[in-house]
Amino acid sequence: MPNVTELRVNGSDARVNADAKRSLLSVLRDHLDLIGTKYGCGEGRCGACTVLIDGKAVRSCVTAVGDCDGKQITTIEGLEHDGKLHPLQEAFLDAGAMQCGYCSPGMIMAAVALLGRTPDPTPQDITRSMEGNICRCGTYARIVTAIQQAAARMNGGGR
Amino acid sequence: MNGDQGSGFRIHGASDGDLARSAPPAPAPLFDSSPEAKSPALEPERYELYEEPRYTFAIDRRDFFRVVGGGIVVCLVLRDTFAAQPPGRGRGRGFGGNAPQEIGAWLHIDEDGRVTVYTGKVELGQNIRTSLSQVVAEELRLPVSAVAVVMADTDRTPFDMGTFGSRTTPDMANRLRKVAAAARELLIDLAAEHAKADRASLAVADGKVTHPPSGRAFAFGELTRGKKLTSTVGTDAAVTPAAEWKVAGTSVPKVDGRAIVTGKHRYASDVKRPGMLYGKVVRPATLNATLDSVNLDEARKIPEVIAVRDGEFIGVAAPSAALAEQACAAVRAEWKPTPQPSGKDLFDDLKKSRGEAQGFEGRSNYNQGSIDDGLAAAEHKVEATYTVAYIAHAPLEPRAALAEWQDDRLTVWTGTQRPFGVRGELARALGVPEERVRVIVPDTGSGYGGKHSGEAAIEAARLARAAGKPVRVVWTRGEEFTWAYFRPAGVIDVTGGVGKDGTLTAWEFHNFNSGASAIRTPYDVPHQRIAFHAARSPLRQGSYRGLAATANHFARERHMDELAHAAGIDPLEFRLKNLKEPRLRAVLEAAADGFGWGKAEPAADQGFGIAGGTEKGSYVASCAAVTIDQASRRVRVARVVTAFECGAIVNPDHLKNQVEGAVVMGLGGALFEAIQFDDGKILNAAFSRYRVPRFSDTPVLETVLVDRKDLAPAGAGETPIVAVAPAVGNAIFHATGHRLRSLPMVPGVLPA
Repeated sequence: MPNVTELRVNGSDARVNADAKRSLLSVLRDHLDLIGTKYGCGEGRCGACTVLIDGKAVRSCVTAVGDCDGKQITTIEGLEHDGKLHPLQEAFLDAGAMQCGYCSPGMIMAAVALLGRTPDPTPQDITRSMEGNICRCGTYARIVTAIQQAAARMNGGGR
Repeated sequence: MNGDQGSGFRIHGASDGDLARSAPPAPAPLFDSSPEAKSPALEPERYELYEEPRYTFAIDRRDFFRVVGGGIVVCLVLRDTFAAQPPGRGRGRGFGGNAPQEIGAWLHIDEDGRVTVYTGKVELGQNIRTSLSQVVAEELRLPVSAVAVVMADTDRTPFDMGTFGSRTTPDMANRLRKVAAAARELLIDLAAEHAKADRASLAVADGKVTHPPSGRAFAFGELTRGKKLTSTVGTDAAVTPAAEWKVAGTSVPKVDGRAIVTGKHRYASDVKRPGMLYGKVVRPATLNATLDSVNLDEARKIPEVIAVRDGEFIGVAAPSAALAEQACAAVRAEWKPTPQPSGKDLFDDLKKSRGEAQGFEGRSNYNQGSIDDGLAAAEHKVEATYTVAYIAHAPLEPRAALAEWQDDRLTVWTGTQRPFGVRGELARALGVPEERVRVIVPDTGSGYGGKHSGEAAIEAARLARAAGKPVRVVWTRGEEFTWAYFRPAGVIDVTGGVGKDGTLTAWEFHNFNSGASAIRTPYDVPHQRIAFHAARSPLRQGSYRGLAATANHFARERHMDELAHAAGIDPLEFRLKNLKEPRLRAVLEAAADGFGWGKAEPAADQGFGIAGGTEKGSYVASCAAVTIDQASRRVRVARVVTAFECGAIVNPDHLKNQVEGAVVMGLGGALFEAIQFDDGKILNAAFSRYRVPRFSDTPVLETVLVDRKDLAPAGAGETPIVAVAPAVGNAIFHATGHRLRSLPMVPGVLPA
C-alpha cells in the first residue's frame, strides 16, 4: 500500500508521510504534534486515544491511518473555536471532572460522539456509551455529571 | 550507524534490593497528626521507595537572583530539624546535613510584583498545584490566579524527598504558608519605609499594600523594584488561622484545567525536542532472565538506527517510532531464564520465606499485656487468615522520559514522584555527578505510588548518550504492567477475642510481606500482639496508594465484623463500644448517619457494611451497600458513603474528588484486580486481561467531609482508600454470609 500523504484533520488538510499500516494515533502525535490524543493501552481498551472520524468515536491506536483517507478527523485540539471552548470542555471544568487529566481528551471526544447521536442521554446511556474509557483516578461520577450538564446547555437549557 | 557497546552500565533502581533500600527510622506514635515539627519522624515504610538525598540546598542569595532576577525572595529554613541533626551524620533523610542551612521552600516576588513559589513536589492529579497556590494566595491576600507555582525541577526547586506519604499538605502547604506570610510582612516593612508610616497603619489587599489614613497604595511590584532582598523564615512563623481563611478553604477550580481539557498540556510523554529520536528497550523474555547473547547487526543495518548493548541493557533509538519498532524486532537476543515461582503458591511462599528478607522485621511489632490471658478471658474467639494479591497501579500515562545531553550535562523530562531520587538514580547509572543532572517533572498522568523509580529516565539517558541526540522512551502498557513494580501481596493472620460484655479482650495480628502501615489497631484492647514479618517477594514490589494500610484495614475491619457477629452485636455499635479515639468515632458516626445505618433493613438481595480507620493523620469511615444478582451471582456495589476528616480543609471540592477517586480505585483492589503470574511471566499484562474499575462499576458516591478548622491540615490522597474493601466485604457477608477473606474478593462470581 502506498504511504498516506494527506489527512483531513480538524477542518484542515494536513501533509504527512506515513506507512498506511501505522496507527492514526502515532501519526497524529508524531507527525502532526497533536499530542492531546493520548496513548494508554494500544489495544483499544482504555479510550485515551479517542478521536472522531466523520463524527464517530474511534480508538485511534487501533485505527490504521490508511483507513482514514478522505474522512474528517476531529481531535481534542479541534473542539475549541476562536478561544471559545466546546460545551463539554466547559462542563468538564465546571464539574471538576478530572484529576490528572490524562484521560480527559479521550473522555471528552467520546462524549462529543455520544451527544451527537443521543442529545439528551440518561446516566445509563452515558455509562453504556463511555464504558470503554478508563479514568484511573476514578472521576467517573463527575464525568457523568459533566456530560449531563453539557447536554442541558447544548439543548438550550441549563447554565 | 551504530551505538556503543560498553559494559558496566547497570540499571539502578531496577532490583528488589533498591526497592527495599531505606534507613530504619524511629518508631512513630500511632496517632501522629502534628505537622512540620514531627516530620523528622516521618516513617518511610519498607515499601515506600526512598533513597537518601545527596544534595542539600544552601542559601546563597547570588544563586537565587541569578535564576530569578531582582525582587524579593523569602526562604523557609528548616532550622529546628537542622539543629537536631548531629554533626557528621551526613545528609541523611533530607533534614539536615553539612550545608549551613537547608531550604524547605522559597517564594519570589519579582520587580513586576509577580509571585512565584518553588517546590520540589509533583502534581499527579492530587490537585496540589491548586491547593498550594491557595495557601500562598491566602497569606499574600491575592487571587489564586496571581500565584505561579514552579514544581519538581531539580535545578530550580528546593530538595524534596518525593511526593508520597500524604506529606504535601501537612509539610509543603505549611511551609508555603509560612514563606508567604513572611513575604507579606516584608512587603509591609518596605511600604512602611516608603510611606514613612507605622506598620500597624498598613493593610495588604489585592496585590497592594495600602495606607488608609493617607489613601496611598503601593503595588507589590513598586515595593520590590530595584531590590535584591532575601529574607529567611523559620518553621515557627505565624500564619493565618484556618478559621480566618478566605481563599484557602474554598473550592477553587483546578488551576491548569483549561490546558487539560484542550489537550494542550504536555505530559512527559508529550514533550519533544529538536532532533529527538524514539527509543525502545529490548526486554528479557521472562522476569529475572539474564542476557545470554545478543546480535545487533540486523538492527544496525537499518538506516539511522542506533542500537546499544550495555551490560544487561539492550535498546534502540530511531528517528521514527516505526523504525524503532522495526529495529527492536531485528535485535536477536537470547535470554537465560531462571526458575520463577508461580502465583498459585504465592501465599505459602510468602509465609515460608518469612525472615529471609532484610530489615524492618520487628520495627512495627507491638506487644501489650498477654495474648494468652486475653484469649482465656474471651467468650468468643475468631481466628482467620486474610490474603491480598499483587495489584498494578496502571497509571493511564505509562512511564515516559525524554533525555537530552548538552556537553556533559543531562536534562531529563520524566513523570516521577521522586524527581530528586531519580536524579540520583541517573547520576549513578550514567556515572555523572548529580550537579550535572537536571530532572524536570511536567504535571504527570498520575502515579498512585507507582512512579517512584526512574527506569524510563535511565533508559532514555543511556540511549541519548549513544545517539548524541535527545531520545524519548515511552513504555507500552505491557511494559508498564510487567517491568514496573506492584503493590505487595501479603498474608495476614488474625486472632481476636471478645468478652461476655462485648469488649475486646485479645488481638493478635501478623502481617507477612504486605507491609506495616496502619498495622496497629485503633481499638482499645488490653492484650495485643502485632507483628510485621518481612518475606521474600517473588515479584518486584513497592509503594501503592495507602501502602499496606489497605491490607491491614481489610483484615482488621473484616475481622472486627466477624467478632461483632460472634458476639451478636451490631457492627457499628461493636466498634464504638471498643473505641475511644474521638476523631475515628466521629467519622464512623458521620458515615453511619449519612448512610442511614440501622434505619432501614436491606432488601433480600442486599447487604450493608461499615468499616473505618486511620492512617497518615487522617480518619475515614465508609458504609457500603451491595446488591447480589441471584441469577448471575455477580456483586454490585450500589452505594458508598464515606466520611473523611483530615484537619482543616484547604479545598473542599478537590478533597471530595480525592475521596471519590480513592473509593473507586479501592473497589478495583477490593473486588477484581489481581496480577497473575507464572514461570517468570505476567499473564494479564493488558487492560483487556486486567480489569480496572469502569463507569459501570461506579456506585452512588456520597462524601461527608468533616472540617476541623482547629487542626492542621493533613494529606488526603491515600487514606480514603483504606475502608472501601472491608466495608464492601462486610456488606457481602451481611448479604450472603460468605466470609470473603482474600483481596480481590470477587474476581469472578460469588459461590452460590
